[in-house]
Amino acid sequence: MDALTRRALGTVPRPADWGARLRWLADRHGGRVAVILVVAYTLYASSVLGFTPARFWVGLTHGGVFLGRLFPPDFATRWSDIQFDMLESVEIAVLASVVGIAASLPMGLLGARNLMPAWITWPVRGVISVCRSFHPVIVGIVFVKAIGFGPLAGVLTLAVASVGFIGKLFTEAVEEISLKQVEAVRATGASFPNVLIFGVLPQVTARFVGFSTYQLDSNLRNSTILGIVGAGGIGGTLFAAFQRFDYNIVCAIVVIIVALIMVGEIVSEQVRKLFQ
Amino acid sequence: MSQVGTGIAREWRRFAPRERMGRSAVYIATVLAVVLSIRSIQIIPEFLRDTPEQIADLLVRMWPVDWRFLVSAAVGAMIETIHIATLGTLATLVLAFPLGVMAARNIVANPAARLGAKLLLVASRSVNSLVWALFFVAVFGPGALAGTVAITFRSIGFVGKLLGEALEEAAPGPIEAMVAVGAPWPSVFLKGYWPQVKPAFFSILLLRWDINVRESSVLGLVGAGGIGLVLDSAINVFQWRAVAAVLVMILVVVLLAEVAVTWLRKRVI
Repeated sequence: MDALTRRALGTVPRPADWGARLRWLADRHGGRVAVILVVAYTLYASSVLGFTPARFWVGLTHGGVFLGRLFPPDFATRWSDIQFDMLESVEIAVLASVVGIAASLPMGLLGARNLMPAWITWPVRGVISVCRSFHPVIVGIVFVKAIGFGPLAGVLTLAVASVGFIGKLFTEAVEEISLKQVEAVRATGASFPNVLIFGVLPQVTARFVGFSTYQLDSNLRNSTILGIVGAGGIGGTLFAAFQRFDYNIVCAIVVIIVALIMVGEIVSEQVRKLFQ
Repeated sequence: MSQVGTGIAREWRRFAPRERMGRSAVYIATVLAVVLSIRSIQIIPEFLRDTPEQIADLLVRMWPVDWRFLVSAAVGAMIETIHIATLGTLATLVLAFPLGVMAARNIVANPAARLGAKLLLVASRSVNSLVWALFFVAVFGPGALAGTVAITFRSIGFVGKLLGEALEEAAPGPIEAMVAVGAPWPSVFLKGYWPQVKPAFFSILLLRWDINVRESSVLGLVGAGGIGLVLDSAINVFQWRAVAAVLVMILVVVLLAEVAVTWLRKRVI
């Protein structure tokens, strides 16, 4: 007797077709099931973390007091410190972007599976995803230990973050290029560097510039907090102001940071448009 | 015959003069910024000289990795971190939706309301989640609540902005058809706009959850709960072997989150 006959005779129990049952459930009641699951999870997780409405209300009244203490912003008292550290934050962001962009151009090419053999792409992709996985503050802690306090640790930290972000997106962009142009260049007998320069890079330059300006934005944002772990920039002053309950100074610093980031966003938008 | 093309020396150029000038300006500004930064940033050469030794020293101190520390102290905190990221993202879902809708040009005609929504979104995005966490630790006291609210406030700007852009890119055809048959506004939104932006919205939310897992791993440094607290205290007492274990765990969780998000985006959305 073969398996089919045995199943037809009922000697072998028919396997429950869970896939089909789940699919039916998802088609019929998918939305409702999802909502119930989300609500149940929210209640469960809130109870695990100890959120209670009472705590929330107490927090909101504190929030009112806190907001009152933030205003008016006090720009004057520590103006020279703020100015110096803000400038340092910008410098960290600029240098980290340059180093990170310079490093991620070759990394992105080496990680592209349509250009390189697997024994090169896998290690490179591994490095890129490790760079991306750690929050800059964690990388910052390690670099501060290795190099000591100061902006250099911040530059290297954000360079690592830049490699993680641009490297990944650039690798994907290179993998999406049209191979026809590459083949055409190769057919003329061009060397490998020439194939890269004339066949591959022209197809991805605009996107690379786009990623780079996004990363400059992102580095600017992150360079304002690295000071919390001693890696230079405005974050140190901000954190110190918080710990001394100088909320007026905190407010001033945050206002300056927001203004700076808005300006950075506008500038990078313009640069992206120019290179499209 | 010979007059053709004479008089004007035509030369093909890829870019218009304005574009070329703009690009040159960007190049010059970049070089200038880099040079000025290098000249004024404070780098202490003595610190730089022993960097390789310091890194080697750090790695030696991290070995062998103290895996038992994970079970005793870190796994619970990691789960708390994931809860913070997830709850924060769910709260974002509720709060970013109205703001994103208000920021879309083709839905809200009132420029003041749109400007208000956009300003709120920009403010939310421009303040780093750690700074939001500092604020909310001052408001709610140290703990996971502050971290969750901080994650929410940082994510609103991101999700709201992208949702607004997705709504602005929605095809006007179905919407005009619905308006033409006299559909009330809620129906136009639910049956015209929502199906068009639904995949984008959930995809944005998932992407943000992925980012939030990463960001909530450091919130503990300022007292807002999660694995960051454990990491910070291990670093403060120089337990580098425990630090190594925590770092590996964060790496694994973040990579798993990324794989999960990629899978969900492919399968479900």
